[in-house]
Amino acid sequence: MTTTPLAARAERAWWRVPQRHVPVLATLALLLVMYGVGVSQYRAFSNVQVVFNIFIDNGFLLVVAVGMTFVILTGGIDLSVGSVVAMTAMVSASLLRDGLHPALVLLIALLIGPTLGFAMGCVIHFFDIQPFIVTLAGMFFARGMCTWISSTSVPIADGFWTSVAQARIRVGENFVTVSVLIALAVVAVAAFTLAYTRLGRNVYAIGGNQQSALLMGLPVGRTRIAVYTISGLCSAVGGILLSFYTLSGAPLIAVGMELDVIAAVVIGGTLLTGGSGYVFGTVLGVLVLGVIQTLITFDGTLSSWWTKIVIGGLLFAFILLQRLVGIRTK
Amino acid sequence: MSQRHPVLTMTAISKLFPGVRALDGVDFRLFPGEVHALMGENGAGKSTLIKVLTGVYDTDAGTVTLDGAQVSFAGPMQATAAGVSTVYQEVNLCPNLSVAENIFIGREPRRLGVVDWRETRRRAQALLARLDLHIDVTELLGSYSLAVQQMVAIARAVDVRARVLILDEPTSSLDADEVAQLLRVMRQLRDEGIAILFVTHFLDQVYAIADRITVLRNGRLVGEYLTADLPQIALVEKMIGKELDALERLDSEAGRDPAAVAAGKALVEADGLGRAGSVAPFSLTIHQGEVVGLAGLLGSGRTEVARLLFGADRADRGRLTVAGRPAAVRTPVAAIERDIAFCSENRRTEGLVGELTVRENIILAMQAARGWLRPVPRRRQDELVQRWIEALSIRPADPDMPVRNLSGGNQQKVLLARWLITEPRLLILDEPTRGIDIGAKTEIQRLVAELSDGGMAVLFISAELEEVLRLSHTVAVMRDRQMVAQLANDDSLDADRVMRAIASGAQQEGLEKA
Amino acid sequence: MSTVRTRVTTITGHRLFWPLVVLLVLLAANTVHRPSFLSVELKNGHLYGSLIDIVRLSAPLILVALGMSLVIATGGIDLSVGSVVAVSGAVACLYISEQPDQDSLGGVLTALALAFGIALLLGAWNGVLVAVIGIQPIIATLILMVAGRGLAQLITSGQIITVNSGPYRTIGVGHLLTLPFAIVVALAVTLVVAVLTRRTALGMIIEAVGGNAEASRLAGVRSRRITFLVYVVSAACAAVAGFMMTANVSSADGNAAGLWVELDAILAVVIGGTSLAGGRFFLSGTIVGALIIQTLTTSVYAMDIDPQTALLFKAVVVIAVCLIQAPAFRARLRRRRPSTVAPAPAAEKQKEQVPA
Repeated sequence: MTTTPLAARAERAWWRVPQRHVPVLATLALLLVMYGVGVSQYRAFSNVQVVFNIFIDNGFLLVVAVGMTFVILTGGIDLSVGSVVAMTAMVSASLLRDGLHPALVLLIALLIGPTLGFAMGCVIHFFDIQPFIVTLAGMFFARGMCTWISSTSVPIADGFWTSVAQARIRVGENFVTVSVLIALAVVAVAAFTLAYTRLGRNVYAIGGNQQSALLMGLPVGRTRIAVYTISGLCSAVGGILLSFYTLSGAPLIAVGMELDVIAAVVIGGTLLTGGSGYVFGTVLGVLVLGVIQTLITFDGTLSSWWTKIVIGGLLFAFILLQRLVGIRTK
Repeated sequence: MSQRHPVLTMTAISKLFPGVRALDGVDFRLFPGEVHALMGENGAGKSTLIKVLTGVYDTDAGTVTLDGAQVSFAGPMQATAAGVSTVYQEVNLCPNLSVAENIFIGREPRRLGVVDWRETRRRAQALLARLDLHIDVTELLGSYSLAVQQMVAIARAVDVRARVLILDEPTSSLDADEVAQLLRVMRQLRDEGIAILFVTHFLDQVYAIADRITVLRNGRLVGEYLTADLPQIALVEKMIGKELDALERLDSEAGRDPAAVAAGKALVEADGLGRAGSVAPFSLTIHQGEVVGLAGLLGSGRTEVARLLFGADRADRGRLTVAGRPAAVRTPVAAIERDIAFCSENRRTEGLVGELTVRENIILAMQAARGWLRPVPRRRQDELVQRWIEALSIRPADPDMPVRNLSGGNQQKVLLARWLITEPRLLILDEPTRGIDIGAKTEIQRLVAELSDGGMAVLFISAELEEVLRLSHTVAVMRDRQMVAQLANDDSLDADRVMRAIASGAQQEGLEKA
Repeated sequence: MSTVRTRVTTITGHRLFWPLVVLLVLLAANTVHRPSFLSVELKNGHLYGSLIDIVRLSAPLILVALGMSLVIATGGIDLSVGSVVAVSGAVACLYISEQPDQDSLGGVLTALALAFGIALLLGAWNGVLVAVIGIQPIIATLILMVAGRGLAQLITSGQIITVNSGPYRTIGVGHLLTLPFAIVVALAVTLVVAVLTRRTALGMIIEAVGGNAEASRLAGVRSRRITFLVYVVSAACAAVAGFMMTANVSSADGNAAGLWVELDAILAVVIGGTSLAGGRFFLSGTIVGALIIQTLTTSVYAMDIDPQTALLFKAVVVIAVCLIQAPAFRARLRRRRPSTVAPAPAAEKQKEQVPA
């Protein structure tokens, strides 16, 4: 065939992993190494419940990180997630205190986040203002709403809430909570959406090259607004999971959570410039954060601030890795 | 062939922009199963014509008919849906998606609302096989060469049942093998009955593939020709035009004696300087007080030569000597240290900082050379800026006006002033007279002549042959990214000879100067 | 008649007009609420009053925002200033707390120099990531934003370090020449930054890099050095702000010191009329922006509103300011009422698009 000279260029050496998988595989390797270190150092670490506990403790973080993955895949960012999580928990707690039916409370709580996300998406798209600034305003707004509702923590005593919070689902000799199942369901739905629906593919296209996406006739505006709405929805779900976890709503909870979420997404191999990344990677990123916390807890001599330093170091390593992979592509 | 009905007819198309008549009563027709080349220099109206056709611009006058029915598209999307697809020079696809997905995104085959990946891959493979391209469609588009990406873009375009395919400079960044592959695909599509509108700067490609040529100049139709009836030299003549414009003769014109200048001291000597994918190795000597004109069609590598000499791009082969000393000019800073200055043709993107004032833009290069710790004293700034505003008659003569508010000609003068205050030994001017009014043009031409009389070397790049011939001591000719000739501008040199060199790459003339 | 109108439009068109109007409205609202708000009195040779308090409390924010202005002018952003505030405060307090005599001026000066040096290193780290490695500023500084907080807590061992040092306290609450010392420091730093940028060519070169990076490169500007420099300056400003904040309360809390100051600083810069896209920057506007933010906070306290609820007002201000500045929003407004703006730039733009 006459085409061989062109086709030959595309062939890759047998040992080379497809480039798009390098960051995710690096995260997976890191996770395994860290888990291995944990198991070899501490006997109790090999207990399966340790892994389950990581999921239990970080279920809400995982859900929010999934939403953030959508936003970052388009090349945007959402700083409002932590505040929206707090606001959702706060609204739920105060409405339950006022004696509203739990089902109605769930519905209202689930609507607030997406509405705010939709509004932010519209401002970002129609007025062409940087997502950073718009979601910063959203963050201020949601945090302000929290204290406007109540300046102190509001406990939740509702029967439905406490029963869901305390339910233990047995898996063999161990257990998980309802929150973990919800989080995993969100992960599955998100992964499916990104891989198999037009909305998901448009998200990738916009992150790859927004101008091209526009010229190819893809609904760029609709998709951009959609990702902020999705992120708002995920934050709302995360807020409800958090209220299950703490059985309260507090005005200053989840402060700075957006940083953990962004860190998890980046460590999970999603490019902050958009267009490349997987929900699976985000799951790994959240697990890495969880394992770091668990290791530091097990160690006992290390203090909690090492978590931040290690996360910062990992962020640096992964951003550098992304940059190198990026250079090689060009 | 012309017995058949054209699939597309554009009649008496006019398009006005403020101050410019971009298209003036242009006719164009396209037959099924032919490759039709649209030729013309900068500002001839090629892009505007395509944008009118695809609905990016509205027309001010004229009609477009597709298959006998009058149409008026609201935008490229609607044009595509009606069977008129466009593939641009810069591939407008997403490098982070797979090849298959790039072809089908937005209209993926679906089952129960879910993207059917297997079907997508199968159809992508079939479609590319039709273009004789056998690659792994699951790989990311970005991992393939530009040529393959270009062909994927074509595959996407023709899958929408395209009857008209517009290729806007698809070959600009491809090498010879890749171009051959692309031309093969074009022939294949032509034989399937698709009408192809082909825009390119490469004459060889036009003669290799086009059945018909339409030439535009300054927004007007020059004519439509069968390729077989139009020799290359005639084509170049029609593109560039030969009419003398009404410029007054320059006073110093009598003093342009190439022999005298060439005997002077060599200032810049390039020896086999080149850069892969940009311009083939060339050798060029510029003497003190010499004006070297760089002639050639758009895209022939004129700008690339200038960028290499200035260090805006890094040369990957060859040597450069400045004033007798070897010089590694890898950055603009290094070039400026050796008193080389460069006025880019893209004033807005590579020249001026629009937000800053006239004064700041004029001072910028001098200030950068001094370093920020040693500001140019305010009095000296005022003096310099005032002097050059007057000398170049920059209007409005307000040094504190943001430069973006000035007209194109005045912006060009500000850019010139920036470099002139640094008193360079070599001034590189890339299309300094493009898009500016006739008065400013004459002023700039006179200035170049005066500077060279004062001993400054000038590399003068222009698409207008008359201008190059009037100003230069030596004319270097570019063609297809090669320097094909260097001609001393003595009495024997005229526009005809330069055009012949552009058209045929007359090697026999190449060593005249050396 | 028409000259009056043009004068009015030049005044309302001035970039400081709307920020100053907002500031005056806030001050007026406070005065209505509490008529003694505007009074300033001299006690023991020191000036006291609500206005003085507002300026004193906004001093750290002014400092951080000044550095941020330069970074934003180059088209970048520095998210790590809050962490630098925490680290520098923690280092200074830790060093002083370990001195046998905390009141020794020499010890305090050494502590300041040490903390300042570390802050410069942190700024250089950001500068290298952005200017040398070429990582997007928002991402590059995110690293230090996260890790710096941990670093600050590591330095303080997670405790709140209290110091009992007269000289150090002075930075936060002392007086000099009847004025609170913090105001004097803020004035001095403002002066230094203004001289550094406007008396040298640094300001113009920063604006050139932010306005058109490629044109600047082709004009011979060594933009990497400039970019590197602004991140170092930004960290230096944050360090001084860190001294002020910790000296104000005579203690360093690695967790809370300088929390969200980066967001306030960015806000102050944007309110002051500097575009987040880079280019022209306005130090005076930035200072007005910082004063607005502090006045807002103080008013909310004075009117017995929960300080966190002040965030609601802030959200409104952010969106309003950004909308006013956004070209897309302005275009929408302009479409409603016929414009009298000179069409010259638009015409030029279209002309440039014509060539094939």
